[in-house]
Amino acid sequence: MAAFAIRTSWVGWTWILCLALLLSACAEPWNNPYRAEEARANVLYSAFSERPKHLDPARSYSSNEYAFIGQIYEPPLSYHYLKRPYTLIPNTAEALPRVTLLDAEGRPLPEDAPAEQVAESVYEIRIRTGIRYQPHPALARDAEGRYRYHDLRPQDLAHVHTLADFPETGTRELVAADYVYQIKRLADPRVHSPIFGLMAEYIIGLRDLSRAIDEARKEQPGWVDLRRFPLAGVEVVGRYTYRIRVKGKYPQLKYWLAMPFFAPMPWEADRFYSQPGLAERNITLDWYPIGTGPFMLAENNPNLRMVLERNPFYRGQVYPSEGEPGDAEAGLLEDAGRPLPFIDRAVYSLERESIPYWNKFLQGYYDASGISSESFDQVVQIGSQGDIRLTEEMVAKGIHLSTAVASSIFYLGFNMLDPVVGGLDERRRKLRRAIAIAVDYEEYIAIFMNGRGVPAQGPIPPGMFGYREGAEGINPYVYRWEDGRAVRRSLEEARRLLAEAGYPGGVDEETGKPLTLYLDIAGGGPDDKARMDWFRKQFAKLGIQLVIRNTLYNRFQEKMRQGTAQLFLWGWNADYPDPENFLFLLYGPNGKAKHGGENAANYENPEFDALFTRMKNMEDGPERLALIDRMVDIVRRDGPWLWGLHPKRFRLYHAWYRNAKPNLMAHDTLKYLRIDADLRHEKRLAWNQPIVWPLFLVAAVSSAFLGMAWVAYRRRERQAPKGGAAS
Amino acid sequence: MMAYLARRLLYAVPILLGVNLITFTLFFVVNSPDDMARMHLGAKRVTPEAIEQWKAERGYDKPLIYNAKAPGLEKFTETIFFQNSVRLFVFDFGRSDAGRDIGYDISQRMWPSLAIAVPVFLVGLLTNITFALLMAFFRATPLDVWGVVLCVVLMSISPLFYIIAGQYLAGKLLHLVPISGYDTGLAAWKFLVLPVIIGIVSGIGSGARWYRTLFLEEMGKDYVRTARAKGLAEAVVMFRHVLKNAMIPILTGAVVVIPLLFMGSLIMESFFGIPGLGSYTIDAINGQDFAIVRAMVFLGSVLYILGLILTDFSYTLVDPRVRLE
Repeated sequence: MAAFAIRTSWVGWTWILCLALLLSACAEPWNNPYRAEEARANVLYSAFSERPKHLDPARSYSSNEYAFIGQIYEPPLSYHYLKRPYTLIPNTAEALPRVTLLDAEGRPLPEDAPAEQVAESVYEIRIRTGIRYQPHPALARDAEGRYRYHDLRPQDLAHVHTLADFPETGTRELVAADYVYQIKRLADPRVHSPIFGLMAEYIIGLRDLSRAIDEARKEQPGWVDLRRFPLAGVEVVGRYTYRIRVKGKYPQLKYWLAMPFFAPMPWEADRFYSQPGLAERNITLDWYPIGTGPFMLAENNPNLRMVLERNPFYRGQVYPSEGEPGDAEAGLLEDAGRPLPFIDRAVYSLERESIPYWNKFLQGYYDASGISSESFDQVVQIGSQGDIRLTEEMVAKGIHLSTAVASSIFYLGFNMLDPVVGGLDERRRKLRRAIAIAVDYEEYIAIFMNGRGVPAQGPIPPGMFGYREGAEGINPYVYRWEDGRAVRRSLEEARRLLAEAGYPGGVDEETGKPLTLYLDIAGGGPDDKARMDWFRKQFAKLGIQLVIRNTLYNRFQEKMRQGTAQLFLWGWNADYPDPENFLFLLYGPNGKAKHGGENAANYENPEFDALFTRMKNMEDGPERLALIDRMVDIVRRDGPWLWGLHPKRFRLYHAWYRNAKPNLMAHDTLKYLRIDADLRHEKRLAWNQPIVWPLFLVAAVSSAFLGMAWVAYRRRERQAPKGGAAS
Repeated sequence: MMAYLARRLLYAVPILLGVNLITFTLFFVVNSPDDMARMHLGAKRVTPEAIEQWKAERGYDKPLIYNAKAPGLEKFTETIFFQNSVRLFVFDFGRSDAGRDIGYDISQRMWPSLAIAVPVFLVGLLTNITFALLMAFFRATPLDVWGVVLCVVLMSISPLFYIIAGQYLAGKLLHLVPISGYDTGLAAWKFLVLPVIIGIVSGIGSGARWYRTLFLEEMGKDYVRTARAKGLAEAVVMFRHVLKNAMIPILTGAVVVIPLLFMGSLIMESFFGIPGLGSYTIDAINGQDFAIVRAMVFLGSVLYILGLILTDFSYTLVDPRVRLE
């Protein structure tokens, strides 16, 4: 009876288990990496592969950091989400800054006054009223109006490990003084703002302020109230208005005003985070931002995930009602006029490897994805005319593709200080030009980038003022315009140029030795071998031997600083959509070896430099365009770089991901995105039903194996007395 | 026993000092303080003044090991090596070069690592011993032969393949578990199932084959023949005698790794998105964060020494002949 009861119970439990398995299979996918209660939530899911180093807007200077702080901090200006070319719009400012040009006597000048007459430019910015900060303990006050957490004692911090451990939060209105405070922070030596050096050249008094803060810190450890320090070039004019005075004419300042460096910082936050005991608990401004933007950082665990949540005090911007032609047809104006943001939360998970990321995207657990080289053929088909379309598998899943040429350039540079490849004489120009023809970047893009790139014709990327399309945009020293397209000049021409340079057949006619050049790269791994072999092959077309010098990153940087590299691979991402941000990479006084600047090739051409100083301070227009054309022609002729390529970014979106339009300049794009969570839930259920029969198969096989082993054991035990001890 | 323990701990001091010195030398041969500053301050628009300021704030403006300009004993104490290394001996790891409290970060990241490593270690040990005993029990039979073949096959496969194949099969194809990710508390179980199974399966080949060799060696000894001659069942011979006597070499390999379990597994954690300690050191090396590298190497050395001491103690538990004197 007891045995029967046990058997009945065992069978019953088995049935219950099977039933539970079946029911749970119908309810929620087992492979869902998120909690079940989030299934239909208005949440965007994305990932990051590298933890952001800094979240302090005065320090942060990389795109993976801007993905977060761009949604939290609000600089006065921003970029229009839909319009192209990229257009600056007021963000927290009421309007674009009013710029007044002054001469040396302080008299106003007309807007189009020549740069040499302008002694100062005054930017006056008026911000909107009623903008409020996210809830934050630094702004919490008690009944008497005193700040609740500005005088923390050690015992107050006994149970504090994260910012969320402070039970009370507060908010206040954004004022112009917060913007001024942040500009002062750029000068604080402890903040290490990467743009301090640049801004100190323009903002009046910024360098003096830095010295004053440094002195004050030596005398008074702890918090230094930057409000006490005057900054000659920046002043609060009224509660909502502030002015920035810069030396001379600096039109690029308006672009900097759209970057988080110029976002507001309440003094209370600086005061709060500087209290003893907080940094020891990893509670710093670099870890817990405070902003007025549409989102706030609700969870910062970069080893696992980072979560942005809707800022309850966000002022409620609306979705734009105009864009560029084709946006309406693409459904990008359907949400026109609706209040932003659309989503409640954005969850970014740490995903170091591309394979899990890609598979989770296909399962619907990430809303958007790039395309890795391994999965490119699974995703994209390139037609005979070079047209790009998604494979049937992707189309069946409702996935959309968008492409955009990045405002970046990856090039191979010649060190112009090098005695073999550098210099501006005709012989070396011809040598560089011959190499430029021989190194076939079209092939490089096809082999190593699956066609995701555009061969560069000069330093300025597509979509930027000064870039020219078509026949007038080609580099005539390397390409010819034939049948409506740019065709690389022939190898024969390259060989002829090489011979004219004194290296017929790649042999130095003076020494009779083969020409050997050295390409320095940093930390190339096994994956780079094919690329380096390709470069060797390109140089070998001309009979030039290319030696790859693979060094550690630090040594490579050292060589670049000292100007001892010969050829090198380098790149640049635009800070802002202005050609000055690319042409300054070739400006002589920015030479890396002599001046520590960003001109890695150490190119120095007085004619180019003179044009640059004129061009950089001009507003966009025909005159500026003409100067840029001349400058581009000069550098094409001199050829300090093999112009390389502009990468093309491919991005995939699921059907429930709305309002996706690549915007490579704006940092605050999350607020425009909308998610159809119900559709996503349906698709996830359909795509991820668990298949359980292999589990039963494994269990059955294991049971059979154990059963057989048991039988064999019993048999052996029975046989043992007959045969004696087993040997 | 206490004298033995005290002696071993004293031996540990010069070892740890040496490890510290070697780590320090190797790190600064490759990275100069200027390089570290540039890495932390970013690649764009960094000024020499900012580099000097960064170094001064973190004490990297001092000489590396010997300060010729300082008076007296300060020639040695006013150096990067002394300032950064001495406090490690009281387990004060200090702050990373990025400003984070290293001790806190370790305390947060060790638990996910342990959540994988402990079940993999315990269940893996049990599985390997069981499988090895089974092969030894059925030695020279087809089961043994195929068992060894299976072990060699399992050994020959790269750990990375197990991970990718496991993710593909269980996560992508059968939709049984999440492909990667992690959650806190009990919700973490569904993220741990697959890495734990993969960890166990990938270790069976080498583990079971080694243990089988140990068991076979023991089974050839006189006391086993005596036990069989007494008429004991083979299972009793295996479990009561062979297993017990084979425990010393098993313990040598197993106990020494126990303290190191919490250091995590780089590949496993990287592919499964587990926020453990596996990637902490590698990230620090890539980010040229000497403070973390120094702390993790020191901790690894301490744990390894601890593992060796524990191994010695474990001998006394399984072999009464062993005395720690």
